[in-house]
Amino acid sequence: MSFHFGLSQGLRAAAVAVAVSGAFLSTAKAGPTLDAIQQRGLIKVGVGTSPGFFAPDSNGKWQGFFVDFGRALAVTVFNDPNKVEFTSSSPQQRLPALQAGEFDILLSGVTQTITRAFKLGFHFGPVLFYDGQGILVNKSLGVSKAADLDGATIGVQSGTTGELNIADFFRKTGKKYTPVVIEDSKEFVAALESGRVDALTQDSSDLAIRRSQLAKPDDYIVLPERLSKEPLVPAVRAGDDRWLEIVNWTVYATIQAEEFGITQANVDEFLKSEDPAIKRFLGVDTSLGEAIGLDPKFAYNIIKAVGNYGEIFDRNIGPKTPVAFERGYNQLWTKGGLIYSPPFR
Amino acid sequence: MNASAETEEPGRTRPGILTFVRLWLGGWPLAQIALYLGTLLAVFWLGRNLVANMARLGLTPGFAFLEHAANYEIGEGFIAYAAGDSYARAALVGLLNTIAVSALGCLLATVLGVTLGIARLSANPLVSRLVQAYVELLRNTPLLLQLFAWNTVIHLLPGPRQALSPLPGVLLSSRGLFLPAIDTGGHGATLAVAIVGAVLAMRLILKLRRHLAGPSPRRAVVLAYLAAVLLPVAIASGFGVAFTFDVPSLKGFNIRGGISMTPEFAALMLGLAVNASASIAETVRGGILAIPGGQWEAARSLGLRPFSVMRLVVLPQALRIILPVMTSSYLSLTKNSSLAVAIGFPDLVSILNTTANVTGQALEVIVLMLGAYLTLSLATSMVMNAYNRRHVLRGDRR
Repeated sequence: MSFHFGLSQGLRAAAVAVAVSGAFLSTAKAGPTLDAIQQRGLIKVGVGTSPGFFAPDSNGKWQGFFVDFGRALAVTVFNDPNKVEFTSSSPQQRLPALQAGEFDILLSGVTQTITRAFKLGFHFGPVLFYDGQGILVNKSLGVSKAADLDGATIGVQSGTTGELNIADFFRKTGKKYTPVVIEDSKEFVAALESGRVDALTQDSSDLAIRRSQLAKPDDYIVLPERLSKEPLVPAVRAGDDRWLEIVNWTVYATIQAEEFGITQANVDEFLKSEDPAIKRFLGVDTSLGEAIGLDPKFAYNIIKAVGNYGEIFDRNIGPKTPVAFERGYNQLWTKGGLIYSPPFR
Repeated sequence: MNASAETEEPGRTRPGILTFVRLWLGGWPLAQIALYLGTLLAVFWLGRNLVANMARLGLTPGFAFLEHAANYEIGEGFIAYAAGDSYARAALVGLLNTIAVSALGCLLATVLGVTLGIARLSANPLVSRLVQAYVELLRNTPLLLQLFAWNTVIHLLPGPRQALSPLPGVLLSSRGLFLPAIDTGGHGATLAVAIVGAVLAMRLILKLRRHLAGPSPRRAVVLAYLAAVLLPVAIASGFGVAFTFDVPSLKGFNIRGGISMTPEFAALMLGLAVNASASIAETVRGGILAIPGGQWEAARSLGLRPFSVMRLVVLPQALRIILPVMTSSYLSLTKNSSLAVAIGFPDLVSILNTTANVTGQALEVIVLMLGAYLTLSLATSMVMNAYNRRHVLRGDRR
């Protein structure tokens, strides 16, 4: 774990001063994070390691659901999806690393909680993925619900909210379990395959991915229950409103595009649309961009470079991928899901 | 002004204030002063930053959080703990786990290391080369990898339902080693104290007796100690304490009953011990080689057999060289036990990491960790140094 000492604090103060004086010149005030990003010409993103969500491909290029939102951010800030650097960080290390300034943003499946907001000093962007804590078990145990696991040994990954949720769940039901808390991801999965633990608990999306990596995935099942709500969000350090809003509206742009039916393939045709909302959204009518101080075409650029929310979902974790997730809660609000963008106006 | 006093009574005067200041300031007084002030300033700067940063994050510095309820479970421990107990108690569970795994690890490492160190000096090239290979392999690979390897090997044992039973009542599975235990109906701790007390008392009696009437026959000594162990047991059963065997068996998901050692504990202890045994073997080898050949020849000329030469003549002398180095092996073993989190053993670091993650009091938690390891290390050094002074440097007085 690392801390932010000395020098950088001074630099930050200087950066704030520069930003504040700059605010009189430009319409919007940049914060220390955004200033650092612009100076560096690169966004530093902390990710995890789970194929589908974030994993380097055979060429070493990062791919995945969360990774695509990192690229979208680079488009908003630099109009270049490649001006972003992804670094993998363990659940235990990622938050201190973000706090210490190693990352500008975490796109690593962080659960939004009130403690992290108030006590740990983080702010959160929109929910990228609605998840819930699940339990992965060997079918041969004959377990069909979490409550059947009385007396079981359960593997938990350290540094996650899962460690607390599972304890709460068993206390609530008055049943007993033995945790085995493991930091290393590989050892975490190996514990289940070797029979050291009866079950693993984690966000169910993560469990589905780990199940697909097992030697015999069909011997295992993710129990249908969800022990918790796990809204997975982008996390940034508190204290840079401008950067947070860029994160927010980058995500919203992908959602709004899907709602409009705008995709990577048809976005150019939409430039000819007569719908004033779409004209504002894509920057054909530049009034919106001028008002907010972003590139009027930022939404167009994002869709052109990475696609809309649904495309990002389908490409990385949708039913046709090895991970094979259904949209479920992560469907647009207009189609019965929870994915929703505030208006672009 | 003190110079004259010093010349009058050489070596007996205390340095005067000026001499004292000169001693501290050394040859370049201005540079020294600048260095002192610089260090002070740096410490002050860091501290102020730390407090400012914590205030920015809304963290209250201090250890009050230790009394709050810790809402996580801990897999194993030597004292009762459940989710909802305080963070302080959770930390204590971790500390005891760390101490247990380190103490057992040190013991095992010593036995292994001394044996291997002696074997390394064997005239048989096969034995000596094998030990050399062992030492090189263990000293030149990262401990973390070795721990992963041990963990994997132990996890390869069959699951609890297909547990091996090498002896009746003994079960070996990927959930750990289970041994039958004697169930005393909750009087175990009292009984243990009584037995230790009786053995210590017997030791005193035997010492007194030897002092008064000369050495007792070995058989009598053995019988006396046996009586010291059995007497409290007999008295306890006289008071109606029932002794039953608690034999481990499969119930539900797990093997229950008896006493057990979890795979993580076993993997960590074995990994640490085997790793440390390599350096201890080298220390022992070096210590033995440092004893002049004349000592060997002299002992042999007295008609001692090779084993006795080693035990009675060479090792006691080599111990003077070996022991201080061995202390540092023990210290690194204890500190290395913090790698436990990687394989899932709830040691001090693992539990305190979780605490930091939940409470956000990372700084306090790090201070706690530093304090705990510092105390453990200093205590180990103290005990080892005391032993060194008492038994090695002055010769064994028994």
